[in-house]
Amino acid sequence: MNALRRHRELSRIWASDPGWRGLLTTVNHTDLGRMFLAVAVTYFFIGGILAMLIRAQLASPRSPFMGPEIYNQIFTMHGTIMMFLFAIPLFEGLAVYFLPKLLGARDLAFPRLTAYGFWCYVFGGSMLLFALLAGIAPDSGWFMYPPLSSTLGSPGINSDFWLIGITFVEISAICAAVEITVSILRYRAAGMSLSRMPIFAWYALVTSLMILTGFPPLILGSLLLELERAFGMPFFQVEHGGDSLLWQHLFWLFGHPEVYIIFLPAAGVISTILPVMARTTLLGYGWVVVAAISLGVLSFSIWVHHMFATGIPHMALAFFSAASTLVAVPTGIQIFAWLGTIWKGRPQMHLPMLWIVGFFATFVIGGLTGVMVAVVPFDWQVHDTAFITAHLHYVLVGGFVFPMLAALYYWMPHMTGRKRFFKLGETAFWLVFTGFHGTFLLMHWVGLLGQRRRIDTYDVGSGWEVINLISSVFSFVMAIGFALILIDVIIHAVIRSRGPRNPWGAGSLEWAMPIPPPPYNFASLPEVASRDALAKSPDLALHLAKGEGYLGTPRDGLRETLTVDTATGRPNGIVVFPKNTALPILMAFVTGGIFLGMLIKAYWLVPLAGAGVVAFALRWVWGLGHRRDRGLQDAGRGLMLPFASETADPPGWWGSVFLLIANATFFGCLIFGYAFLWTVAPNWPPPAWAVTDLRWLGLALAGAVTAPLAIRWATVALGRDRSALPGLVATLTGVGALLAGAATIPLSLPDPTRHAYDATLWVIGGYALFHAALAALMTGFLVARATAGFLSARRLGEARIVRLWVDYAALVTLAALAAAFAPGLLS
Amino acid sequence: MLLAGAGLIFVLVMALLLLAFRARGADEPAADARHERRHERRWIIGLGLVFPVTVLSALLAYGLVIGERLLPRTAPDLVTVEAEARQWAWRFAYPDLPGRETEDILHIPAGRPVDVLITTVDVIHSFWVPRLAGKLDAIPGHVNVLRLEADAPGDYAGVSAEFSGTGYRNHRFTVTAHDAAGWSAFVAGTAP
Repeated sequence: MNALRRHRELSRIWASDPGWRGLLTTVNHTDLGRMFLAVAVTYFFIGGILAMLIRAQLASPRSPFMGPEIYNQIFTMHGTIMMFLFAIPLFEGLAVYFLPKLLGARDLAFPRLTAYGFWCYVFGGSMLLFALLAGIAPDSGWFMYPPLSSTLGSPGINSDFWLIGITFVEISAICAAVEITVSILRYRAAGMSLSRMPIFAWYALVTSLMILTGFPPLILGSLLLELERAFGMPFFQVEHGGDSLLWQHLFWLFGHPEVYIIFLPAAGVISTILPVMARTTLLGYGWVVVAAISLGVLSFSIWVHHMFATGIPHMALAFFSAASTLVAVPTGIQIFAWLGTIWKGRPQMHLPMLWIVGFFATFVIGGLTGVMVAVVPFDWQVHDTAFITAHLHYVLVGGFVFPMLAALYYWMPHMTGRKRFFKLGETAFWLVFTGFHGTFLLMHWVGLLGQRRRIDTYDVGSGWEVINLISSVFSFVMAIGFALILIDVIIHAVIRSRGPRNPWGAGSLEWAMPIPPPPYNFASLPEVASRDALAKSPDLALHLAKGEGYLGTPRDGLRETLTVDTATGRPNGIVVFPKNTALPILMAFVTGGIFLGMLIKAYWLVPLAGAGVVAFALRWVWGLGHRRDRGLQDAGRGLMLPFASETADPPGWWGSVFLLIANATFFGCLIFGYAFLWTVAPNWPPPAWAVTDLRWLGLALAGAVTAPLAIRWATVALGRDRSALPGLVATLTGVGALLAGAATIPLSLPDPTRHAYDATLWVIGGYALFHAALAALMTGFLVARATAGFLSARRLGEARIVRLWVDYAALVTLAALAAAFAPGLLS
Repeated sequence: MLLAGAGLIFVLVMALLLLAFRARGADEPAADARHERRHERRWIIGLGLVFPVTVLSALLAYGLVIGERLLPRTAPDLVTVEAEARQWAWRFAYPDLPGRETEDILHIPAGRPVDVLITTVDVIHSFWVPRLAGKLDAIPGHVNVLRLEADAPGDYAGVSAEFSGTGYRNHRFTVTAHDAAGWSAFVAGTAP
C-alpha cells in the first residue's frame, strides 16, 4: 500500500459525515477541538462586550447609562462567562485538539464522551445566554454568596440560571478531565515514557486532575443552594441550622484551584512555545514538572485567603497566609526556568514570542500584587476594592489570555496549513498590551483610594473621576486590539496562502503530520526515543506517511490506535474507536431536560429525562465489546497486541477510576459540609437525631459485605470460563440490601426543611441511594451482557468496571449510614 | 515598602528577560550536558528557589508581626459597641448604655480602644472604616469583633464593603469620634 492509497483509505474510515450533519454526529477530536475553541472564543467576545459596558458605565461619575439592576447582571455575567464559559472550555478545546497529536495518537480515549461534553457545554451555556438576553440574568456577583443569592436576596429566577446552567456546563469539564487524564496516561506513542512526554501533557494532566478534585465542591455547593431555593432545604439559612459560610468554603475550595486550573494550561503553552522560539530545549524539564505538580497540590490548601475578612481565627489566618505566599515558590521556579531557557538559546522575536514577553511583563506584576494581598493586614484594607479587580485581571489576562494568544499565532498554521498574510497581529499586540495596562494599572491606585468593586457609579468629587476615565478610554483601545485579532484570523481563513509544514522548526509530534491535519492524524503511529522526536528525525512525517510506524495497514475499516503502559510507554493494546454517531448530542439534549425541569420548576420532567438518560446510556455501552475472543492482532513492525477490550484494564476501567476520584471528592465535600455545619453553624444541635431500627442497619451491613464479595466471585468464575450468573445474582441481592439500608435515612427524617441537619442527611442518603441504584443497574446490565455472550475469560473488563462501582456503592452506603445514625445511637 | 520591593523584583525580571535577547549573537551555544546543568543550578535553584524563599519568609514574618499588633488585646478603658447591618442601613447599639441606638452614625470616644461586635440580619455585609481599621464581614448568625481606635476626634467615613444588591453603593455610615467631654455628653445622653 503506498502513501497516497493509505491516506485515501484512512480518510474514508475516519472522516466525519459530510455537510452540516457532520457537525452534529462527529466524534473526531480535531473537529470537536475546533468547535470547543470556536464556542469559547464566541463567549470571550460576549464577555468582552459586557466588560465594555461596565467601563462605559464607570467612565464618568453619576452615569445615567445603567441602573444598578442592570449593572449587577452585567458584572455578574462578565465574571461568570469569562470563568466558566470561556477560560475552562478554551483549555478543554486546546487539549482536545492537540493532546492526541502531541502524544502521537489518533484520537482521545472516549470520543463520544468528548462530543457529549461539548454539547452539554453548548446547551448549558445557552441557558445563561438566554437569561442575559431576557434581562433575568444572575445578579449577585460571580461567586454567588448566599443569602444574597438565595431566596432571601434573590427571589426571582436569576440565581437559578447560574446554579443550573453552570452545573450543566461543569458536566463537560468533568467529562473532558476524565478523558484527558486517561488519554495522557494510556494513549501515547510507543516508547513515550512519562519522562519523554511533551511538557504540555504534564501540565494538562495536572490541570485535569485538579478539575476532577476542584470542581466537585462547586457542583455540590450549587446543588445544595438550588435545593434550598427550590425546596426550602435550609443549608445556608442560619435560623434553621445552616450557615452561609459553608457556601464560601465550598466555593473557594473550588475557586482557588480554579485560578491554577486556568493558569497551568497557559504555563504549559509557554513551556512548549518558548523553547521553540529560543531555538533550544526547555531548561530543567524535571524541575518544571515538579513545580507544576506542587502548584496543583498547594492550590488546594489556600482557599481561605479569599475569606480573610470573614472573621477566621488568627492561627488559621497565619497558616493560610503562609501557604498563600508559598505558592509563589513553584511559580518562581517556572518563571526562572523560562528565563534561563531564553538565555540558553537564541531567541527570535516572532509574534508568539511577543505575546510571551507581554505575558512576563503582565503576569509578574499580577504575581507580585498577589503576594501583597496574601499579607493579611494589607488584604484587610484592599479586599473588595478595585485593587483586587486589577490584581485578578493582571493574573488572568496576563497569565491566561496572553499565552493563549501566543498559542493562537503559534498553532494557527497547524490548524489551517497556511501562513499569515498581512501583519495585523503585531499592531493588535501593541493595542491590546497598552490598552490592558492603561486600563488596569491605574485601577490599583483607585482601589487604594477606596473605590469598592461592584459599585454601579460614584460621586463627583470623589477624586476617582480622572482615573476611571483614563481606564475606560484604554479599555476601548484594548477592545479595538481584540477586534483586530479577530479580523486577522478571518483574513487568515479567507486568503489561501499555503505555508510550510513545520514553520517554527519545532521538535514535537504535532508537526509530524500533514497540515491541516487529516482526521486520522498519523497514517502510521510513531515510535519515539526522546522528548523531541521530530527534531531527532526531521523526516519522521514522511516515514509515518509511508506506513513505517505502527498500525499503518487499515484493518476491516476500523478506527484504531495504540494504548501503552503508563510508566514505560510500551504498547500493550489496540483500541477500536466508535463511528460517527448522533448519540452524544441526543443524550446531551435529554440531559438538558433534567436541568430545564429544575429551572422552570416542571419537576415531572426531571425523572422523565433521567429515565431517558439511562436509556441512552445503556444504548451507548451496549454497542461496545464483542461476542467472541479474537486474540492477538498484528499491530505493524512485527508487534502482536490484543484488542483493548480483551485486556484486564480496558480504557473504561481507567475512566471509571478517575470518575470515581471526582465522585469521592464530591462525597468528601458533602461529609465536610455536614461536619462544618455541626461544629461551626449556630443553632445546633437539631431538634432530634435520626433513629432507625437496628435490623435495617444489619441488613445494609450484610449487603455491604455480600455485594463486593459476590461480584469478585463472578469475576473469578468468568476467569475460569465458568458462568458468572450465580455471582451476579448474589451481587444483585447484596445491592438490594444496600438500597433498602440507604432508603432508611430519608425515611427516618420526614421533613427535610426542618433543620439543616435533616436537609444534609437527605442529601447524604440520596447520594447513597443513587449509588446503590446505579450499582444495581450496572449489575443487571452485566447479567444481560453475560447472557448475550459478551463476557469471557479474556473479556473480563466490563465485570471489573462494575466491580469498582459496586465496591464504591457499598463504601458510601456504610459511610452514609454511619453519618446518619451514629449520633442517635451514641446519645 | 511593599511597593518598592515589588518594583525592584519586577525590574529584575524584566531586565533578565530583555537582556536575554541581547545576550548572544549568532554563534551556536555549547549545548552539552555540563553546560545545561550549570544553567539549571544558576537559574532554577539560585533564582527560582533560593531567591523567592528568602524574600517570602521575610515578608511573611513581617505580615504576621503586623497582624499580631492589630489583634484585640484586653484593655482597661475598652468600649464595646454593636453594629448590626441590613439592606441598606447600619444600626449601632451601646451595651454600656442600655436602650441607646443610633442609625448610620457610630459614636465612639477618641483615643480609647473600641471593640465593634459586627453582625447582620439579612445578607452578608462588611464593616469598613478605611482610616481606622481593615474590613470585617457581617455574617448572619455570627458576631465578628473588630478592634479600632481613633487617634483624634472627628468624623470618619465608613462603607459596607461586601456586595449586597441594588442598594450597595449607598450603604454607608459615619463614625464620630468624640473628645473626652463630647463622649461624656454622649454617655449622659445630652449630645446626639
